Amino acid sequence: MIEVKNLCKSFGNNQVLRGINEVIKKGEKVAIIGPSGSGKSTFIRCLNRLEEPTSGEIWFNGENIVDKNTDIDKVRQHVGMVFQHFNLFPHLTIKENITLAPVSLKLMTKEEADAKAMQLLQRVGLTDKADTYPAMLSGGQKQRIAIVRALAMNPEVMLFDEPTSALDPEMVGEVLDLIRELAEEGMTMVIVTHEMGFAREVATRVLFIDEGLVKEQNTPEEFFANPQNPRLQNFLAKVL
Amino acid sequence: MQGLYKDFYRGFIEDARWKLYLEGTGITLSLAAVACLMGIVIGVVIAVCKFYGSRRNAGPLWKTLAKICDIYTTVIRGTPIVLQLLIIYSLTVWTKGTYACMIGFGINSGAYISEIFRSGINSIDIGQMEAGRSLGLSEGTTMVRIILPQAIKNVLPALFNEFIALVKETSVAGYIAVRDVTKIASSLKGTYFISSPLYITAVIYLVLVLFLTFLQKKLERRLARSDRS
Repeated sequence: MIEVKNLCKSFGNNQVLRGINEVIKKGEKVAIIGPSGSGKSTFIRCLNRLEEPTSGEIWFNGENIVDKNTDIDKVRQHVGMVFQHFNLFPHLTIKENITLAPVSLKLMTKEEADAKAMQLLQRVGLTDKADTYPAMLSGGQKQRIAIVRALAMNPEVMLFDEPTSALDPEMVGEVLDLIRELAEEGMTMVIVTHEMGFAREVATRVLFIDEGLVKEQNTPEEFFANPQNPRLQNFLAKVL
Repeated sequence: MQGLYKDFYRGFIEDARWKLYLEGTGITLSLAAVACLMGIVIGVVIAVCKFYGSRRNAGPLWKTLAKICDIYTTVIRGTPIVLQLLIIYSLTVWTKGTYACMIGFGINSGAYISEIFRSGINSIDIGQMEAGRSLGLSEGTTMVRIILPQAIKNVLPALFNEFIALVKETSVAGYIAVRDVTKIASSLKGTYFISSPLYITAVIYLVLVLFLTFLQKKLERRLARSDRS
């Protein structure tokens, strides 16, 4: 589904990604862990070209999205993204946050989008918030709405960039529960996270990115039980 | 007391002179309104050009546009408005001073308003643009539907400040023979040797500004809906 070939990204003289090769298949749940500054966020942001790769290729459903001729907006309609800081639109109601993209891209009529929004809100138990504004929600609620907003586009893959890092500890659970549900339904997802327990439980594969390279990857059981790379051993020793 | 009233009578009531103030106020308001609309349009366009031109991966077209916009704001903000009006009037494309004035004030306030909008756009977190783009919205749609509404709300006080300044700035229109309310006052004063027209006009400006302030408060309250209450 997604194939990354020799992906490099530099910010000025700072080389953040140094040639990543990776294939993500349909239905996979890939967790990415690594120390801060390792390039894991940059990697996931390259997957929908929020960061412009310096070199390399990223193929999504048979299309090289790094190619300047690719209509990236079209690609992004199939790739949902959830951010660390939610990035809800504060001037729109919750329902409008969810329906803005599908309606203005003419993928749904206003009525269809409203119905879809209410159905999604019901799923996360926030129907009563439909007509309120983001400022009135808790962090956990905001992030669940952000996930729902991405789901409203019926994406084929979801990218999560540290979805729980900005949350109060007591709100992490409700967001992880929702992501876990999506995983169980078979959604393909890539998730950058510091929640090791969650990665072990939900992921089908865990990647360790360090110094701009995938230093190690394995099934979650092997990854956490038998880390090979000394830097990973060191990292796990610190965080577990 | 008698003298004061006589002054007022001659400056306002005699020969229905109040009609002159009314006409003058009408001209002042239409100058300000047209200039303000022009200023907003110019201001948004310039602010957007500068925003795109200042990005890390800006194309040569945006960079050139941003450069041109930079020159525009520098020249307009660096020269006095009276001089700008005289120059525009001297181009003699507009036989009527009123039109020259509308264009002149519009171009002038465009430069100031563009800076207001630019600061407004810059005040919006980059995550908003990223969230819009990640949903598949184009850059333009994200700008119009997500960034600008928030930016405009943030700069509303500064924008009204500019409008209020603009209403009063139009008082220099008399320089190119436009009969705005200040010009009316000064010619009445000159003709009848009375000073009441100056005070009457001052009150007129004050009322106009108070009305604008009232409008601003109302608008800000409306837009505050989405804030935590």
